[in-house]
Amino acid sequence: MNRLFIVVGVIGWFVLSDVGASYSEPYLPTDDAQVLERLSLRASDPITRELETLRADLRRDPRNLATAVTLAARYIEQGRSEGDPRFLGRAEAVLSPWWSEPTPPPAVLLLRATIRQNAHEFDLALTDLDKVLAVQPTNAQAWLTKASILQVQARYDDARRACRRLARLAASHVLLGCLGDLAGVTGQSAKSRAVLQSVLADPGLSGRERIWIATILAETAARTGAVRDAEQAFVEAFKVGIKDQYLLGVYADFLLDLRRYRDVVSLLRSETRVDGLLLRLAIAEQALNLPELRNHTAELAARFAAARERGTTVHVREEARFALALSGDSKRALSLARENWNVQREPADARLLLECALIARSRAAARPALDWMKHARVEDIHLQRLARQFQEVAL
Amino acid sequence: MRPLLVIAWLLVGLPAWAHKPSDSYLSLSIRNDHIEGRWDIALRDLDNAVGLDGDGNGELTWREVRNKHDEIRAYALSRLMLSADLQACATQVLEQLVDHHTDGAYSVLRFRSDCGRTIQRLHVDYRLLFDIDAQHKGLLRLTQDGQTGTAIFSRESPAQTFSMATRSRWTESARFIHEGIRHIWLGFDHVLFLLALLLPAVLVRVDGRWQAVADFSAVWWSVVNTVTAFTVAHSLTLSLAALDMVRLPSRFVESTIAASVVLAGIGNLYPMMIARRWVIAFGFGLIHGFGFAAVLTDLGLTQDSLLLSLVGFNIGVELGQIVIVAAFVPLAYLIRRSWSYPRLILTGGSLAVIAVALIWFTERAFDLQLFASP
Repeated sequence: MNRLFIVVGVIGWFVLSDVGASYSEPYLPTDDAQVLERLSLRASDPITRELETLRADLRRDPRNLATAVTLAARYIEQGRSEGDPRFLGRAEAVLSPWWSEPTPPPAVLLLRATIRQNAHEFDLALTDLDKVLAVQPTNAQAWLTKASILQVQARYDDARRACRRLARLAASHVLLGCLGDLAGVTGQSAKSRAVLQSVLADPGLSGRERIWIATILAETAARTGAVRDAEQAFVEAFKVGIKDQYLLGVYADFLLDLRRYRDVVSLLRSETRVDGLLLRLAIAEQALNLPELRNHTAELAARFAAARERGTTVHVREEARFALALSGDSKRALSLARENWNVQREPADARLLLECALIARSRAAARPALDWMKHARVEDIHLQRLARQFQEVAL
Repeated sequence: MRPLLVIAWLLVGLPAWAHKPSDSYLSLSIRNDHIEGRWDIALRDLDNAVGLDGDGNGELTWREVRNKHDEIRAYALSRLMLSADLQACATQVLEQLVDHHTDGAYSVLRFRSDCGRTIQRLHVDYRLLFDIDAQHKGLLRLTQDGQTGTAIFSRESPAQTFSMATRSRWTESARFIHEGIRHIWLGFDHVLFLLALLLPAVLVRVDGRWQAVADFSAVWWSVVNTVTAFTVAHSLTLSLAALDMVRLPSRFVESTIAASVVLAGIGNLYPMMIARRWVIAFGFGLIHGFGFAAVLTDLGLTQDSLLLSLVGFNIGVELGQIVIVAAFVPLAYLIRRSWSYPRLILTGGSLAVIAVALIWFTERAFDLQLFASP
């Protein structure tokens, strides 16, 4: 009988709930002093002046190889420290006069390999490096970059061979860092840790090199469950005082494994610009039931969507972890984790694949990672725990 | 090169980037012989291309961006060529705004390109930033007649051609009829106005009290009068506005529409105020017509199909209206004798209508947002 009243009520409710819907509409700022954007470089920074000088030189003479290579290398470095991939695009543009030549000069090939490696075009990057090494077999940079790509692809024997070529070409700690990282993953963690520890004792290491070695040591210790040693190595890396996103990421993972969520939040609270760090922050916020979680999850989803829209797939590892841990879409997480495993095969990638496969109760999906563990004799307590779970639950 | 040595190693395992690489967002709406466009370009990229940071402090303020609007416009327009069937379209930037995407603030250029002919094949030549950022991409959203397609411009494929779907007159009219129906159903202000006017249609005032109408024919004529008055009035102003003969500011129109709903509700509570309901329906129907016209204009009108779209849209509005009346009146007639009709439904319903419309009115007249989004 009162149906009509209900109808009117429902319409009213609809209207009220619709009132608040907000749309992202472009606007005209009203305050002249409103800061719209913060740039990663200030005009007063010495690096800005250097970049400007190089750009001006290059505008006068765009085919000057030496200037182009220096500028491109600066851009790549800048991209690394700011976490801004725009700098890689700029480096590529600077190298464009040689980029599409059948045989670009070795210096260009080397930088192109670095840029391609960042786009996860690993095979193309390796081809470039082999071309460099064919003409310059003593190019240490090319051997090191090659080793790092081969390691990510889990081609450990090839990677080890590339590392060994560094023996007479670079300082000994570069060789030891290269081999130590490999050994830590492939069943020789004790030896690796001893060697890396002794390398750290060398006071002649540069800041970046110290961070590099200490981070490898920390990761290796953490994988074997030596929590105290890992913590100590992390402290050593942070003591250098240079901000390093990779270090922040692996330290956050270490803390997450120890359920030290509050430490993760205070470590990453102001690091929301970097997708991978925001992801870890959100995982900690979820565990602590913090109100910021909602916004951060929405922000991450938007960023992954924006990256997909441009057709790039560099974030697959992060996206899989996001789907698994935050958006609760385990089916999508598994398919992303498998997609990721086809490109990158590091312990973190294996762990993601095993976790997703376990939820899906699919031994077939886990098979590649389980085989890899056995074959490479991987030492990692988290991976071993997951592998045991696969044996325990009858699938 | 030594510093790069270790950096190259660590780059492999970087925990994803702080931003995605550079993208711009270009959306083009094809409107017969011209294109309405919106182009979002990152301030970070514009700074790299034309230099925005006037004081060099690493912060881009609105003043700095505004001071460079001429340079931004000139730079952007020199990097985008639109042509229809091999003839270049003349592009004009209408305004420059600001918006935020996941990786920071963007300058938003709204523009209009006149092609001087019906666009059948649109050629887009996009050259933004490729010379200084080889990984830049232009993400295009192309809209025509409510259908949207996407494409990506990159350094490798900077120029693309799109064929426009040609539609028959019938599908075109059908689309406008559909839009008309959709608008009356989703435009709650029109529905509420109509319902408020129809609520007392099954009752009659006798000695200052509501009584149920005895037979259906009285109800029928009362409804027909009201609905016809509303229809004639809004069709009249809809046509005048769509043909660009009369123009009213949209804030005034929207506020008055809200006010009309409030008044219609009050009229039910104080029936003495209103002698003839159809006069109200006609008077405010005039203003509702301007509201419909705004929607119709947003849908994109072209000169050659203006009349067809107008008629189609109007038919759609009337069809939608008839459905609402047909659903409401018989139901009201059936329950008109119940105790609750005058009290709960007429009084309560009118109060609810007034409350909702007052919120609209306040928001529209004073440009406020009373209910924040959750």
